Amino acid sequence: MGTVLETKTINKHFRKPVDFHVLKDISFNVKEGEFASIMGKSGSGKSTLLYILSTMDTDYEGKLFLNEELVTGKPHKELSQIRNRHIGFVFQFHYLLSEFSVLENVMLPAKKLSTKSYQEIEHDAMEKLNMLNIGHLATKRASRVSGGEKQRVAIARALINNPDILMGDEPTGNLDSYNAENVFQIFKRLKEEEGLSLLVVTHDLDFAKRTDRIIEMEDGTIIS
Amino acid sequence: MTNWKLIINIAKTHLLTKMKSTVTASLGVTFGIGAYITLVSFMTGLNGMLDDLILNQTPHIHMFNEIEPSVEQPISLYDKFDEGFNVVHSIKPKQSQLKIHNALPILHYLKDQENVRGATPQLRSQIFYLSGSIELGGNLVGVDIMEEVRLSNIQDNIVEGSPEALRNTDNGILLGSGLAKKMSLHVGNRIQVSTVKGTVFPLKIVGIYQSGIAEIDNVQSFANLKTVQRILGEAENYITDINIKLQDLSEAPAMARQLEKQFKIKATDINEANAQFETGSNIRNIITYAVSITLLIVAGFGIYNILNMLIYEKMKDIAILKATGFSGTDVQLIFMSQAMIIGVIGGFIGLIIGFFLSRVIDNIPFETEALPTISTFPVNYNPGYYFIGITFALISTFIAGYLPSNKAKKIDPVRIIRGT
Repeated sequence: MGTVLETKTINKHFRKPVDFHVLKDISFNVKEGEFASIMGKSGSGKSTLLYILSTMDTDYEGKLFLNEELVTGKPHKELSQIRNRHIGFVFQFHYLLSEFSVLENVMLPAKKLSTKSYQEIEHDAMEKLNMLNIGHLATKRASRVSGGEKQRVAIARALINNPDILMGDEPTGNLDSYNAENVFQIFKRLKEEEGLSLLVVTHDLDFAKRTDRIIEMEDGTIIS
Repeated sequence: MTNWKLIINIAKTHLLTKMKSTVTASLGVTFGIGAYITLVSFMTGLNGMLDDLILNQTPHIHMFNEIEPSVEQPISLYDKFDEGFNVVHSIKPKQSQLKIHNALPILHYLKDQENVRGATPQLRSQIFYLSGSIELGGNLVGVDIMEEVRLSNIQDNIVEGSPEALRNTDNGILLGSGLAKKMSLHVGNRIQVSTVKGTVFPLKIVGIYQSGIAEIDNVQSFANLKTVQRILGEAENYITDINIKLQDLSEAPAMARQLEKQFKIKATDINEANAQFETGSNIRNIITYAVSITLLIVAGFGIYNILNMLIYEKMKDIAILKATGFSGTDVQLIFMSQAMIIGVIGGFIGLIIGFFLSRVIDNIPFETEALPTISTFPVNYNPGYYFIGITFALISTFIAGYLPSNKAKKIDPVRIIRGT
């Protein structure tokens, strides 16, 4: 099995207000089809690591590989394309564009990628929504659906371009236990049925225990 | 590769959901451009009218004999006094005639020139108008009336009667409107004029002349050239002024200098005669532009503010767009398109409103003694101003949109997402 994501001795400093060494020699990888979770206390640097892995944060030392290709040092424009094509992202808060309909929100990254026709994109988006049992919400405004539904819309949006890896920054952190379980089941199904790699930062021990691998962080290093 | 359809679509959705700010921003541009178009059309219309008023009454070149002292006094010609310090007191003008020497051959020569549209002889004389016991000083100008009609706008200034009537009436006169009013005279009445030498001559009023400039209308009248020559008791070659119209106005100064040398006569061109008038026109134009540009800059600041606010409101959206793969340039283009859409819509509505207001002004009655040919306010519908207006609208919205959109481009999505 190939590796989807790999880091080699990643170091990061926060320079303001005082110099602070957040991440110390982080080296790990995520294999194809693996469901990994990152756990750790607040301030252990797990979110910081995730944003580096997502290519949004470029201010670090070390090397980041995606699909065994070095992405460190690439220009911003190329990184945007990589995010668009290869990485799906789910946040703690749903972050939908509230003026757009649910369907449009899901379609947006695919329209940006623009390798498919409008009809194909619309068809794909409906397929993702149906898979997550929210097909009936497609024409509603994103601001008019409930919290659990919003998170599922966000997952559909993250999946629209069939990414290689889905990253989550506490995707269940803001949900009640019913909806959190729902999201977990969706992730699990994606791994099992689609062979998707997942990397999720979480506080929730029950959630983490049920993943394939727990990466535990403390004070900017991986301890297990 | 830029996906324009998608960017325009996002921009459109933002604008439509924030209808209030969109309308406010567009109205800023609309008023700026509308006011600019109205102002500039009205001001240039007015300028054009004043230009016509003054310039059309002025010939391109005016030739006449000027009374002036000799430049060289006899003493300076006598070489024995060369060494001395010569003082001449009380210099008088040189003895000479008012008429242009050899006027008829000069006229012939001018009419044969290719760049001359026409040359008209005039005879200006000082006379008194007598009506009953009233005696008013003034000028009587002898003209070749049909030539004047061809070359100047004199016809516009004949408010009663016609130039043909003057041509057909040997002892006719086109009386200045101020004079007619003072002496309660009308077309068909008779008036007596007296020369400086005292000869009295009866004339029939065939028309009323009104230039719009009171100083002229109160003293000046026109009669046939031959009639005036007869009144003064002079020969047919007695001509005091020659007015020349050229094919091309810009040749006037050079031609005037050449004629001065060739005929040893005073020749003034249109630029000399109207120097201070040009200055007035220029200053009015500068004021028009200063006011218009101020209006447009104010509109630009309005757009800048509203886009700035919009970007603060949309911080999260910007972060999420960037997280899902939109580049900074894409985000910038989204906000730039919003600015440009506001600029285009606001600008075009502004042009329409400007045109509409110009039409309204164009129909407002404007009747004044001074301007017999004008009945409504003059408006200039030059399409060039509409072009400048829309160009300026686009440039100012571009600048007003560029600065905030550049900020949106640089927003770091990590900071926004983590900040919550």
